Amino acid sequence: MGLYLFRLPDVGEGVAEAEIVAWLVKVGDVVEEDQNLAEVMTDKATVEISSPVAGTVTAIHGEVGGMLPVGAVLVEFESEEGSDTAVATPAKATAPAPVEVEAKPVPAVQAPAPVATAAPVKAATPASAPRPSISSGRAAGEAPLASPSTRRRALDLGVSLVQVPGSGPAGRITPDDLDVFLERDGKPAVGGASRVARTGINDTRIIGLRRKIAEKMQEAKRRIPHINYVEECDLTELEALRLDLNEHRTADQPKLTLLPFIMRAMAKALPDFPQVNALYDDDNGVLHAHEGVHIGIATQTPNGLIVPVVRHVEALDVWDCAREVSRLAKAVRDGTATRDELSGSTITLTSMGPLGGIVSTPVINHPEVAILNPNKLVSRPVIDGSFITVRKMMNLSSAFDHRIVDGYDAALFVQRVKRLLEHPALIFMD
Amino acid sequence: MTETLRPKVLVVGGGPGGYVAAIRAGQLGLDTVLVESGRLGGTCLTRGCIPSKALIHAAGLYEEAMLASAEVGRFGIHLSQAPSLRFEETIGWKDGIVDRLSGGVGGLLRKAKVKTLTGWASFSDAKTCTVETPDGLVTIRPEHVILATGSTAVELPFLPFGGKVISSTEALSLAEVPATLAVVGGGYIGLELGIAFAKLGSKVTIVEALDRILPLYDAALTAPVLRWLDKHGVTVHLGAKALGQDDEGLLIETAGGKSQLTVPADRILVTVGRKPLTEGWGLDQMALAMEGRFVKIDDRCATSTTHVWAIGDLVGEPMLAHKASAQGEMVAEVISGHRRRFDPVAIAAVCFTEPEIVSVGLTPDQAPEGVETVVGQFPFQANGRALSMQAGDDAGFVRVLARKADHRILGIQAVGRHVSEFAGEFATLMEMGAVLEDVAGTIHVHPTLGEAIHESALKALGHAIHI
Repeated sequence: MGLYLFRLPDVGEGVAEAEIVAWLVKVGDVVEEDQNLAEVMTDKATVEISSPVAGTVTAIHGEVGGMLPVGAVLVEFESEEGSDTAVATPAKATAPAPVEVEAKPVPAVQAPAPVATAAPVKAATPASAPRPSISSGRAAGEAPLASPSTRRRALDLGVSLVQVPGSGPAGRITPDDLDVFLERDGKPAVGGASRVARTGINDTRIIGLRRKIAEKMQEAKRRIPHINYVEECDLTELEALRLDLNEHRTADQPKLTLLPFIMRAMAKALPDFPQVNALYDDDNGVLHAHEGVHIGIATQTPNGLIVPVVRHVEALDVWDCAREVSRLAKAVRDGTATRDELSGSTITLTSMGPLGGIVSTPVINHPEVAILNPNKLVSRPVIDGSFITVRKMMNLSSAFDHRIVDGYDAALFVQRVKRLLEHPALIFMD
Repeated sequence: MTETLRPKVLVVGGGPGGYVAAIRAGQLGLDTVLVESGRLGGTCLTRGCIPSKALIHAAGLYEEAMLASAEVGRFGIHLSQAPSLRFEETIGWKDGIVDRLSGGVGGLLRKAKVKTLTGWASFSDAKTCTVETPDGLVTIRPEHVILATGSTAVELPFLPFGGKVISSTEALSLAEVPATLAVVGGGYIGLELGIAFAKLGSKVTIVEALDRILPLYDAALTAPVLRWLDKHGVTVHLGAKALGQDDEGLLIETAGGKSQLTVPADRILVTVGRKPLTEGWGLDQMALAMEGRFVKIDDRCATSTTHVWAIGDLVGEPMLAHKASAQGEMVAEVISGHRRRFDPVAIAAVCFTEPEIVSVGLTPDQAPEGVETVVGQFPFQANGRALSMQAGDDAGFVRVLARKADHRILGIQAVGRHVSEFAGEFATLMEMGAVLEDVAGTIHVHPTLGEAIHESALKALGHAIHI
């Protein structure tokens, strides 16, 4: 038995320190190897730190909420594998929970967000990879033979020389061999018309915000039986109004998109559908119907999807809504949004403007029960009496939690929003 | 006042790994700081490769002059009296070379816009380093760290450095040539220095615990060196254990524990290996995974901590300057966004004994099982240029190992005077993936020692001309 000092290992992204979020062991605990000891959080993710040895915890260092530099002693053990040397085991990143996206919605139709911090950890071609249909001139498992310049060029181009047949002596891959391989775009350099299978697999650890999004989506889909409903709306009048307002707006008024009008229409319709503007606590079987309308606005950021909240839309006019949407979008993109601004929504609106498509099936932002997703606005031929006219049409997709909202009520709600949007004067009438 | 620097790259150690990494990083436009506690150039330049080669050269010249002053003379050259050796001048000349090269490294770093700090680096965590410079404390919070701290001589507990007992560092700056010198450890450092001092007039005894000298090389390659030692009165105790020192010199137990004896020694040079310098600068604060005594790295020299890189002697064998430099250059390129991998086919090693040894790739006894090979060996005895420069009679040769099926060269070695200069051609052959026919088809200049390389390939192909 000996003293074993376990130091906080690098938890990824090259951070120098991490916050202790939770202790999973206490002094005196007997732990198994790989048992989780603590959760620490970097600015990107929460990570569970597991024990490299089996032993008895004799001391823990750091308070919950305190910062600990990477390399500082985290836990002291009395261990069979006792050693007073610093030992770092790779961290197991298992449960990221960025505060900013805690309980934040993530509509399904958003494009996958790039996760800036994820790095390919492996780009290997297994030795057992299927061989090209022609011989590369090498025995299986033998390293390809090529000059340093050829090896470097291949690496730069991302070409695995294992796939490149060598025409030189002893199967050496000449610069020309590589050229021929590249020109044929992966086909064998000589003979055979078959394509060479690309056998590389690039693994990316799903961490940080991406992982949080993944978990939120999984949770929503697992818990909520979604129903989707799509209706088309004629926005010709609303567009005329919007363009006019934009043309005559004053210097202190923001430019209006469709979003503020849709938000106002929702605020106008929701009092008649209290079960739609609600949070369903399914663990306790309680529905919290809110009087105030707090609309989550799904926003794409460089790190992924984040949903800031415009509060009390029932008390705002379209200009206020527009100002608030653009202020929050900026705040989440430059990372200055507060926790308050990122939580507390009662219903979510997601829109991708010109990327909106014709129909979508958004994922509800649990524990909310409804989400609206306007699609792309386009001019379409529409039958008007016995004439065909051109109207500005937009589909309005939606999803509801069928446990709370029946299809009939969902349809009624969407129809109400449609009516408000098609006759925009109604939005402004009290 | 504490100054805080936030460079893109911090290089710790100004040896051949660190300074090359820093210069390359500077060339690539990265804001780079290099920290070195001693002189720029590290072990290699200030107390290793370069000063030892200077001493070896001077010793060779002195030996030639001694031969010329003997009755029979040398090539008809007769000196009327024995040459005198003013060793402090030899050391001064050697120091001059070191000064010039170290200053040159400083100039190259400035040209690459690298900021150089003199002082001892100390890490408090993986990304925070403080340096006590003559101008005050400097804190460095870099984006990337390149660790290139190098290695130090291993000390024997029963022969601690100090007094009579010296490491290679002290051996290169002695005030006078010791009359008797015991060398503990028959590796390349001990033999290079032992032979140089033998040429300078020391009575040298080499004590090696294994049953052979230069264990990195095979017996055929080391035989000419053993022969030289024997001919020049250097006593070699193989399989012997150093026990300690007394007033007379070094106490040893000879092979098999048969007897104990004292090797007369004014100085005891301990060269039993080098260990990575992992202590005293905060490695334990950085949470780096280790591999034995070395820092663990992947094929891009990345450690277990993101953006912390390690190169050179710190990361494993071979502990060679040229390996460190190649890794340093590569890491700088990786940091600047290039796709790079440390994937040499072979790293050549040379040994400046008498005669010299150079080896790249596999030796015949290392040939992989089940692979049929051919060996071509050609002696310098049959090389005109060797004979014309007194390099043909020390049993030297070039030896090439190739795969029988396709003649791919698996390894190539030589032993003989001046053969260290073959290292470049040998390494090129390996890296280019040469076959025997490539060497055979390359016209090697006459009259040069390199013709022996050509002939060795011809020999392996079964048609050597001059043998």
